[in-house]
Amino acid sequence: MEFFHDLMNYAFLQKAFITSVMVGIICGAIGSFIVLRGMALMGDAISHAVLPGVAISYMLSINYFYGAVLTGVLTAFSIGAISQNSRIKSDSAIGIVFSAFFALGIILITKARSATDLTQILFGNVLSVRDSDMWITLVIGAIVIATVALFFKELLISSFDETMAAAYGLNTRFIHYAIMFLLTLVTVASLQTVGVILVVSMLITPASAAYLLTNRLSTMVVLASFFGALSSVIGLYFSFLYNMPSGPVIALATTSIFVLAFLFSPQQGLITQMFKSHGKQDAAA
Amino acid sequence: MTESITASNISVSYSGKQVVSNVSFTFAPGSLIGILGPNGAGKSTLMKAMLGLIRRDSGTTQIGSQSIDKVRKLIAYVPQRSNIDWNFPIVVKDTVLLGTYPKLGLFHRPSKADKAWAEECLKQVGMQDFADRQIGELSGGQQQRVFLARALAQKADYFFLDEPFVGIDVSSEEVIIGILRKLKDAGKTVLVVHHDLSKVKSYFDELILMNNVLIDAGPVEQVFREKNMTRAYERPMTMFDDLEVQM
Repeated sequence: MEFFHDLMNYAFLQKAFITSVMVGIICGAIGSFIVLRGMALMGDAISHAVLPGVAISYMLSINYFYGAVLTGVLTAFSIGAISQNSRIKSDSAIGIVFSAFFALGIILITKARSATDLTQILFGNVLSVRDSDMWITLVIGAIVIATVALFFKELLISSFDETMAAAYGLNTRFIHYAIMFLLTLVTVASLQTVGVILVVSMLITPASAAYLLTNRLSTMVVLASFFGALSSVIGLYFSFLYNMPSGPVIALATTSIFVLAFLFSPQQGLITQMFKSHGKQDAAA
Repeated sequence: MTESITASNISVSYSGKQVVSNVSFTFAPGSLIGILGPNGAGKSTLMKAMLGLIRRDSGTTQIGSQSIDKVRKLIAYVPQRSNIDWNFPIVVKDTVLLGTYPKLGLFHRPSKADKAWAEECLKQVGMQDFADRQIGELSGGQQQRVFLARALAQKADYFFLDEPFVGIDVSSEEVIIGILRKLKDAGKTVLVVHHDLSKVKSYFDELILMNNVLIDAGPVEQVFREKNMTRAYERPMTMFDDLEVQM
């Protein structure tokens, strides 16, 4: 209750709240496509690889957004270039590129600013959201939501059956890179709330929980967004009341939701299935 | 109106090895064409290369006098079942509805009429009772029928099916071949990658026989002969006479 009272009264808390809800929504939406396209590792890679961009932005005293987007996109292209032009498989290409970018980022950050900043970027600090951070997040949110809504058909078909999409003339490679670009934007928006290291939990876990609960992509996207937003708010709550770092709390909140879905999903749940197969021998298999 | 389909000098290599080598043929509209050859003969590769889905070393595909790129919306492609993620969150009726996407263009959602048409296509393959099932809950034959329904929903003139008869039940196979024949009778052109020799004569009018290179292309009676088959399969086709008798 005290939390809601404070939420009404403190502007910094309102900013944090709006930002985290938006981050949760867009992570869930983009995360759904990342999960279905089998690109979870790619999500992890891009989130880590924005770090040098953030550092360079600090050095140049420009908004971290520009640098982060630049290195994020660079990562997506480098991974594509290695896996398409050599026998290296894409998971290895991802590992090679993102560890290099992440390592470079850590060195640059320690040179550029104090260790406190590094901790914030790595683990998130939702209470330190500034006006400009909130606005960037809202603009990114609007872009992501509009893109997913307007191109839902194309995202659906290219995720489900890329060959058919290409056969009727969609540029599937363009769609792939467009998703990478959106993923970079979402990662940048998430830096303040979850931090670089745990962005992947916001991308993958709510979407995976939603995946266990529905047979419709549109429902999955909406559910994942809801789970994402819920987790962010839980993260904010704990971080405000108990002074915990918001990123890890958010990550554990997404995990709790996932575990519930994993155990109790009406169709896929582990425990639900056990009850089903007790009642009727084998209809579920 | 459908037009003839012509492939010219199609070659494809995978890591330096040519798997499709200089294949050319032409078929009149209203043909049901089987693409036949042993495992590794490059049948699926040829189909994908014709559609420009993979990188070619050389070659073109023409519909009438136009490049295939200009008429993509008239083409329906049914992939091999193994290429589909059957756990994808999509139900049967929405899978068929995907067939209406190519003609909708950007920013348009399927209308009521599109949904009714998709339902109609689902009925044609006898799968209407499964409309709300997730696609992974179906048998192989049922899955193949749903994907054929999706191709029908595209209202295409040219149908490309990659191994539609692999691992499916007899009744699904009958439903599918029945529909392919109807399409042919309606003047559509249907290409089918196939490898079961026993049904070749009863299924197809025309054949493309290949083993990396083209062995022969034309009417079944011309192509499906012992000499050709022995060349394609690189071993004496001793079973071959028996097969012919069966038909």
